[in-house]
Amino acid sequence: MTSPLEQKKIKIAGPSIVTANRTWDGIVVYRTAAKGWSADLSEAAIVRNSDEAKALLAESTADDVGAVGAYIAPVQVGEDGKILPGNLREQIRRTGVTIGSQAQV
Amino acid sequence: MYAYDEIDRTLVNERVSEFRDQVKRRLSGELTEDEFKILRLQNGVYLQLHAYMFRVAIPYGTLSSEQLRRLAHIARRYDRGYGHFTTRQNIQFNWIKLAELPDALADLAEVGIHAMQTSGNNMRNVTSDQWAGVAPGEIEDPRIWSELLRQHTTLHPEFSFLPRKFKIAITASDHDRAAIKIHDIGLRLVKNEKGETGFEVLVGGGLGRTPFIAKTIKHFVHGRDILSYVEAILRVYNQYGRRDNIYKARIKILVHELGIEKFSREVEEEWQHIRNSSLQIDDGVIEDIRSRFSYPAYEKLPHMPDELRQAAADSDFEAWRKNSVFPHKVQGYSIVTISLKPTGGPPGDATAEQMDALADLAEKYSFGEIRVGHEQNLALPHVAKRDLPALWKALDKLGLATPNVNLITDIIACPGLDYCSLANARSIPIAQELTRRFANHELANLIGRLHINISGCINACGHHHVGHIGILGVEKNGEEVYQITIGGRADENAALGSLIGPGVKFDEVADVIEDVVEAYLALRERPEELFIDTVKRLGVEPFKERVYATR
Ligand code: HEM
Ligand code: SF4
Repeated sequence: MTSPLEQKKIKIAGPSIVTANRTWDGIVVYRTAAKGWSADLSEAAIVRNSDEAKALLAESTADDVGAVGAYIAPVQVGEDGKILPGNLREQIRRTGVTIGSQAQV
Repeated sequence: MYAYDEIDRTLVNERVSEFRDQVKRRLSGELTEDEFKILRLQNGVYLQLHAYMFRVAIPYGTLSSEQLRRLAHIARRYDRGYGHFTTRQNIQFNWIKLAELPDALADLAEVGIHAMQTSGNNMRNVTSDQWAGVAPGEIEDPRIWSELLRQHTTLHPEFSFLPRKFKIAITASDHDRAAIKIHDIGLRLVKNEKGETGFEVLVGGGLGRTPFIAKTIKHFVHGRDILSYVEAILRVYNQYGRRDNIYKARIKILVHELGIEKFSREVEEEWQHIRNSSLQIDDGVIEDIRSRFSYPAYEKLPHMPDELRQAAADSDFEAWRKNSVFPHKVQGYSIVTISLKPTGGPPGDATAEQMDALADLAEKYSFGEIRVGHEQNLALPHVAKRDLPALWKALDKLGLATPNVNLITDIIACPGLDYCSLANARSIPIAQELTRRFANHELANLIGRLHINISGCINACGHHHVGHIGILGVEKNGEEVYQITIGGRADENAALGSLIGPGVKFDEVADVIEDVVEAYLALRERPEELFIDTVKRLGVEPFKERVYATR
């Protein structure tokens, strides 16, 4: 899981979303099509090519009061339209740590 | 314990109101994240995978019961009921809300705790031996000097915007529990022929992408000259250090590139300019600091009290005593290490309940004092031997009496991909699985002293390079892969480990470690030969052969 924090060139290989942490409390959020943030991955706006990704990221980064550290992350979109995290890092961000009960949400 | 003076209290309180204002301006949008980031980092606030992380300093690893209770309160009130003790005498909270951070800082300030020097490119929390002031044979309490350096460097303009973060550790014992050889500057208290106190000075140690073991640049610097000498090192670093390249900015790279001889010459030259300046410490300053450290009023107690003799019949107690209780400089007392490495638990975590209960136990049995060590364990530094059986019973109830100190399950692990935004792979679940595999204490004792250190990326927060067995998580084609090294160590004979072969997958790590251990048990000459000594004697090859023969 190479850290996506230093995304230089924006090139996406499949469906992607923009994710960040909400400014006031730090929780994981996703950029929505309505130009807001949601804690629910199913509400994330999906982009499918680099230009769309660039535009979504630019628009998300501009909302610096809403959330911080925005970056593009891969997702998988099922046939039923269900959105799933595209890698282990995003999986952990969505469902929490994998270390047992203590720190669970 | 150390009592802060008025200057410190004012400083800490001013910091809180300043930060409160900064957070307010951030939340209102007056400050952008870019502007705010450096400010939050100066107050120990990082952004992690799930939330903000808050790193709080425990200067030279010394805490009072009152302070530990306050940390428990932070965990409970502002976080999820637990905290994580790190390898640099700090504690981290993983789920703190930015909007509540000023309140948390204010609560901490009331008991003299702060988060200064826990992040950013400044002089970090000066660390020391967790047994400082109580270890037998110590030259003197190294915390006096840690405190001197803390006072001198906190908010010092020349040290606040360094090319990169800068870490100092101090020890005063022959056996180095402070890992000074992997610090930017390592200081070892020594006496010269005249019986004067001074320091052997080491520089250029560090882990991360390019690990180096620190080298001695001067065998004796008189105590009164230590500030000017450290400042001379920092000036040479400030002058030549690579600000252009984050990977080359640490002093270890500079020392390596200039060579230790040239580097020492430069320092020596700089030092001659400033040596007789106001940086020279007069005895009064040291005496003043010394007087602020209070030591318990120890009683005259027998070496072998009846309570201890009677408890020896209980084999569980004996197993714990032999493992976790260490000699104290005062007869009748012991140092007790408290393992934060329960079977199946995340290394270094303590719940708010455990912290509260431990604070009570420290009050009852250790003059209200607790220590934090770089191995991510705690210690009670002044326990009367007659109290050991009662203390053990209480610790056991809290899940804090796992008799595995310095054994294979006493694992150092960084937060890894479960928390850390820089991670390539998970560390904690690997540690948890290993503690289950080696949960049998007889087996662990048969294996003997063996340190496993795990990092989730090359930054090496989990000290993998200097683990007897080191495990480094990397990423390969989207999968977690782990590289395993053996032969590293972090003590006075510090060394970097060597790779034993190709990386292995997440699910295979514990099997491979079992194979390494089996190889060791077969290869060691006698039971007393420690893992690290067998590796030193035989090199990596025989281990490699056994581990990879069937893979
Ligand atoms: C979770 C947030 C953390 C972040 C973002 C972080 C970041 C880093 C980075 C970037 C480095 C490499 C520094 C360099 O080579 O210049 C590093 C090294 C290190 N960190 Fe962390 N770290 C984190 C947590 C921890 C924890 C939990 C510990 C203690 C368990 C720790 C202790 C250390 C130590 C001891 C080193 C290596 C020694 C050195 O070369 O300075 N860090 N960290
Ligand atoms: S070693 Fe890497 S993964 Fe582990 S805490 Fe440090 S930066 Fe994070």
